[in-house]
Formats: sequence, structure tokens, C-alpha cells
Amino acid sequence: MLILECPYCGVMADETDLHGGGEAHLKRFGPGSSDDEFETYLFHRKNPKGVHFERWRHVSGCGKWFHAARNTMTLEVYGTYPAQTYEPPKELVAKIKKKHPEWGGYE
Amino acid sequence: MRRYSAFAIAREAARYHTGWERAWKSPKPKKKYDVVIVGAGGHGLATAYYLGKNFGITNVAIIEKGWLGGGNTGRNTTIIRSNYLQDPSAAIYEKARSLYETMSQDLNYNVMFSPRGVMMLAQTEHEVRGYERTAHANALQGVKTEFISPQRVKELVPIMNINGPRYPVLGALWQERAGTARHDAVAWGYARACSDMGMDIIQKCEVTGVRSENGVVKGVDTTLGQIDCDKLAMVVAGNAGHLADMAGFRLPMESVALQALVSEPIKPCIDVVVMANTVHGYMSQSDKGELVIGGGTDGFNNYTQRGSFHHVEETVRALVETFPIISRLKMLRQWGGIVDVTGDRSPIIGKTPLGNCFINCGWGTGGFKSIPGSGWAMAETVAKGEPGSLAAEFGLDRFTEGRFIDESVAAGVAH
Repeated sequence: MLILECPYCGVMADETDLHGGGEAHLKRFGPGSSDDEFETYLFHRKNPKGVHFERWRHVSGCGKWFHAARNTMTLEVYGTYPAQTYEPPKELVAKIKKKHPEWGGYE
Repeated sequence: MRRYSAFAIAREAARYHTGWERAWKSPKPKKKYDVVIVGAGGHGLATAYYLGKNFGITNVAIIEKGWLGGGNTGRNTTIIRSNYLQDPSAAIYEKARSLYETMSQDLNYNVMFSPRGVMMLAQTEHEVRGYERTAHANALQGVKTEFISPQRVKELVPIMNINGPRYPVLGALWQERAGTARHDAVAWGYARACSDMGMDIIQKCEVTGVRSENGVVKGVDTTLGQIDCDKLAMVVAGNAGHLADMAGFRLPMESVALQALVSEPIKPCIDVVVMANTVHGYMSQSDKGELVIGGGTDGFNNYTQRGSFHHVEETVRALVETFPIISRLKMLRQWGGIVDVTGDRSPIIGKTPLGNCFINCGWGTGGFKSIPGSGWAMAETVAKGEPGSLAAEFGLDRFTEGRFIDESVAAGVAH
């Protein structure tokens, strides 16, 4: 079972206490954007084999949204961090990069 | 190719079964083909078969990174139905279901299609309304389904508890001509027929790159070397997004794990397929006597072909409530497969940004039932360069234009 540490309440939460929210750090497009931008924003998601940054909600706990870095090939969890950010923390990216030098990095 | 028949069995019995041929050849790849199909699962093989049968294109290679039918074709719960809400879905799934009816004769290979009937239980008032609506839509689409009463459900499935305290059965959407088939046999039957037409099925050959010049695909790089082609058809599940990355375009889909399990074999106790979408579980009994049980998808991106225990628990809990007699059964095996899910839960068939490259993917949790229809529509798309009537609505451009085929409500969990 997937276990993520909630960065707000510090609980090691089981998958059953959490709700996945898909790709993290989406760039949002508003009125006046082109069809292509809307399509990308609404439907295109990163679907990597490997390191993935995602949104999760601690539904059966504090109820707050947070972010997690996870590997889709091994189910390894690299870390979690609060949602009030536009990109993953530098330390976390560096930690993943150290572990997987072949990883292209966060883009 | 020697035909399979009762006579063939007698002939081989008389000579100690020394005369059976290999069902398909395993050739080395040639330098160039008219069409290269990536993915030798049901959909890829069906595409190849109908390219040969309907369009006479037989200089075809079907390349597969694993073994034939070893992906989701060999991992599903073998359900075949076509009771979809939206017209384009009903059309392609009904085409598939009707092709399944004659597939054994067509391929000269017993795929054990069993039109035993599929019922989808309505356990809330919303589901009753939803399924009544689907039954009316199906009547207009020419797909025979009906909404049946709880009493009729009980007659069809005596082991079901229709008066459960939590979710009593309020009725069901019943498709009498839906059913199941032997999933591996579908892949094997198509493979044998394709090989007989002179097509090359190349297993253990992984695509590592797609070569293109000026928006036109020249060929693919594989672990067995470079293979050139006039047309490329990507017919993979789970890894479609990864393959599209190699070709330089993106797909609006995410890959998640879907899992299933089977119980120990028991005597025949249920002769239809029952799906209970509210409580997340569906069940049928295989010819071996095992209860074949399917659950929901994981809620996160995943490429590991593994299930997760809490889904098994949730599914089995729901089914024990619906079928109390199975409460003492042991579960034998459990497995997972990777499905690629699009935003509207409908597949993608059609053209890609690369002129001579076509794609068929995104079947999500509904791939097996659609194999012949998908192959039929994809073959037409590849042969003519334009999607035909079955595939027309399923193009990639529907996401730009907002022309969705929204089956997400109708498909929800069980599919």
C-alpha cells in the first residue's frame, strides 16, 4: 500500500486515507487563451515512466491538499511538500537527481 | 495452414499428434514493410487481420516487446458487452460484439465466445434512472438491452441477495447477447490467421525510437534493429503515451493500474456476468469454475503491473454482500494491468500529427470487448489514410474541439 506523509499534520497516511489529484504544478490558462492552450491545460498530463510530481489530498485526515514526488515504475516515494508552491522544493529535486542521475529533472 | 476440424483431431489421433503445425511463425524482421504495427495484443493483431482480410494489405509486421497477448489481452476479465450510452461508443462496441459472434468460424479458432448475458445492477435510484436512459438509448442505436426487475434478476442469478441492507437491487440493465470469450484464444486465433496471410509477428522486440523526417515516419528503431515502413500504426495500451513521446507528440491520457482476481474453482453457480458499479465489483464464472472478479482502477499514475490489496478487499467485501454464498471462498490469484485512460473515458483512433502514423489507444478499462471492432476501424483508418464511419468520432482532435464522447459517467468503475 502506498503510504505518504502528510506535510501538514505529519501523519503517515495510508493510500485509503488519501485521494489522488493528478499532476502537480499545472499551469493554468484563462479567458483569451488559444484552443491548443486550453486543450493542454485541460487534458494533457505528464504521464512519465519514472519520477512524477502529483497532488494528493489527505481526505480522511486533515483534509488538506499537498504534493508528493513519486516513481511510477517502482512506487518509491521521494517526499511530500505543502501545496503553496509553483514548483517542487530544490532540495527534493536534488535528492531525486542524486539517486537517479539519468533523470532529466523537473521541467 | 491446416484447418482445425473434428477430422483433423481424428487424423492426428491416428498418428500420435505428430502432424500439428505451429500456430504462427516467429520470423526475423525484414528491412521494410508496408505497415508496421506496434503492439501484438488483441487490438494490434485484429488491426493486422482486418488489414489483410478487408484491404488485401499483407506485407505487415506486428512487433511486440513482450509476448503475444501478454499485456491487457491476457489480463482482463473477458467481458464482452455493447450497452453504451453514446452513439459512437455503442456503434463500435456493437460492431465488436457482433464480430465476436462469428469469430470462431471466421478465424477457424475456437475463441469460446459465450453469449451468456451481462447484467449491470442498479442499486441506487440514480442508477435506475441512468440505466433506463441507457436502455432507451440502446433501443434507438439498435443494441438490444432491457431494464429488468429485481425479481427477474433473482430468477437469472439465484445466488444473489437482492435485499441487502445497504444497497438493495432495484433492477438491472440486461444485455442478453453480451457475454464472455477466452481472452488468450482471441490473440492466438488472430495471430494464427495473420501468420497464415504471410504477416510477420515479431515478439520480444521493443521499439526504442520512431524515426521521422519532415513530419513523415520512416520507420522504427527496435531492439532487433531498424525496421522501415510506409505506414506506422501504434496499437498499444498502457505505454501509448511513452510511444507517442518517442514520435514527438503528446496524448491526453494517463496510465493507471486496473486489477482482477479469481477464486478457487467451484461447481457452476452463476451463468451470467454480473456487474455492480455502485459497490465496485463484477463477477462471472469461468469454464474452469473459478469466479472471475474485477475491481476498480488505482487513483494514481502507475506503470507497475501490480494490484493493491485494499482494492481486493473493497471488491470482495462488496461481492460478499451481493453473493453471500461466496463468503468462505479462497481467492487463488490476483494480477494487474496498465490501462491508459483519456479525459472522456473513450478511446482514441485516428491520425496523429505525423502524416503516415496512426494511433489506436486509450481504451482504458474497456479494451477486450472492443478488440474486433477496434481492429476493423483501425484497419480502415490505416488502409485509407482517413478514419471511416466507426472511427470518425474518436479522433485526437476531439479534445481540441471539445467534441467529447463522454462515457465517464456510464463507465465509471467497472467496464
